[in-house]
Amino acid sequence: MDVQYFIAELWNARWAVAMGTGMTLVISALAITLGSTLGLVVGLGLTYGHWTLRFLVRVYTDFIRGTPVFVLVLASYYILAVAGIQLTAFEAGVFALTVFCSSHVGEIVRGALQAIPAGQTEASMAVGLTFRQTFAYVLLPQALRQILPTWVNTATEMVKASTLLSVIGVVELLLSVQQVISRNFLSLEFYFFAGFLYFLINFGIERVGRYAERRVAVVP
Amino acid sequence: MGYHLNFAAVWRDFDLLLSGLGLGLALAVVSILAGCVIGLVAAFAMLSRIRPARIAATAYVTAIRNTPILVLIFFSYFALPQMGLRFGKIESFVITLAIYAGAYLTEVFRAGLLSLPKGLREAGLAIGLTERQTRTSIIVPVMLRNVLPSLGNNFISLFKDTSLAAAIAVPELTYYARKINVETFRVIETWLVASLMYVAACYLIAAGLRKVERRLAIPR
Repeated sequence: MDVQYFIAELWNARWAVAMGTGMTLVISALAITLGSTLGLVVGLGLTYGHWTLRFLVRVYTDFIRGTPVFVLVLASYYILAVAGIQLTAFEAGVFALTVFCSSHVGEIVRGALQAIPAGQTEASMAVGLTFRQTFAYVLLPQALRQILPTWVNTATEMVKASTLLSVIGVVELLLSVQQVISRNFLSLEFYFFAGFLYFLINFGIERVGRYAERRVAVVP
Repeated sequence: MGYHLNFAAVWRDFDLLLSGLGLGLALAVVSILAGCVIGLVAAFAMLSRIRPARIAATAYVTAIRNTPILVLIFFSYFALPQMGLRFGKIESFVITLAIYAGAYLTEVFRAGLLSLPKGLREAGLAIGLTERQTRTSIIVPVMLRNVLPSLGNNFISLFKDTSLAAAIAVPELTYYARKINVETFRVIETWLVASLMYVAACYLIAAGLRKVERRLAIPR
């Protein structure tokens, strides 16, 4: 392994890699924010919905969670086009990741809401809060605190899942690195470098998550 | 919209899809077994008194868990041959998946080992077993029974990850689904059937695992 050659090639490829990294970050950020928002709704539906709604949402989450992300990405890329919804590969991929993220976040939210003892809801009603107030001031803050660690985990999962968009031709970090490799054949070095960049991104997310956890922790 | 559902093309190749599903399951079983061995070793290393072992195990887990599996798959299939490590695509994929699973199982086993009461080891030593005998015939079996639920979850997500083998042309379910998709353009039917097969398989595995869990649960 010629380190100097690798560094020279890396310098040549700097813009490709930087653009790819940017794309990965954009995809992940979109999927996480959209997916979490949708996931909150899914979680609410699973916890408080009328039983028909609960059943439908349950079918949705179980179906999505039982399907590999890769299949979701491919399916949304091909099926949406046939269904007359013309999306770019980028949009179809973000759509798939959003759906995937929402079903996972939905389960997390449901778990957290159900873990709050019923006495809290009763107490809130006893002091005269409406359900909306109970949810906003009593349940949600506690649920969010409990969700945080798992949610950070899901966020890193989304960064990792964004690599799957390379298969449908979105030039994110992995595909841009593959394009570089097909030019200079330094597969060992560049795949390692890609892995290292992903590691840095996820490690960063994890660190920020830990910090946030400490900030919101209830001091006993 | 001028698209008429026609499942004939999918049924014609349904045995291919089934064989793909079978291969996916086999890949998952082999990798989780190998991953369990790796995970056990790494978990004991993490809890050992030897500092380098702790550091190595932690580095392994952190590195693998923060790297997308697709990057790992490409790395071992395209980059390792540069170092003279040449595997067939199935071997390469199984090795990657086992190493990937090992990192997640390390965390599972570590938590399992930490949750065991201290008295268990002391009791083993008290009745005259050596440290090693205590480990193999008391600690590990009890711990395995305790962590069975998370082991099951890991198996299911590992099974879903076998879909990524399609990226290096291992003929499993997703590979055949893509093949049927591009050959016949029965887009909706193909992906619907493929994802339903994944969902059904995951559902059956989960149901089977619940049964096993109940059988093996430690009576209280």
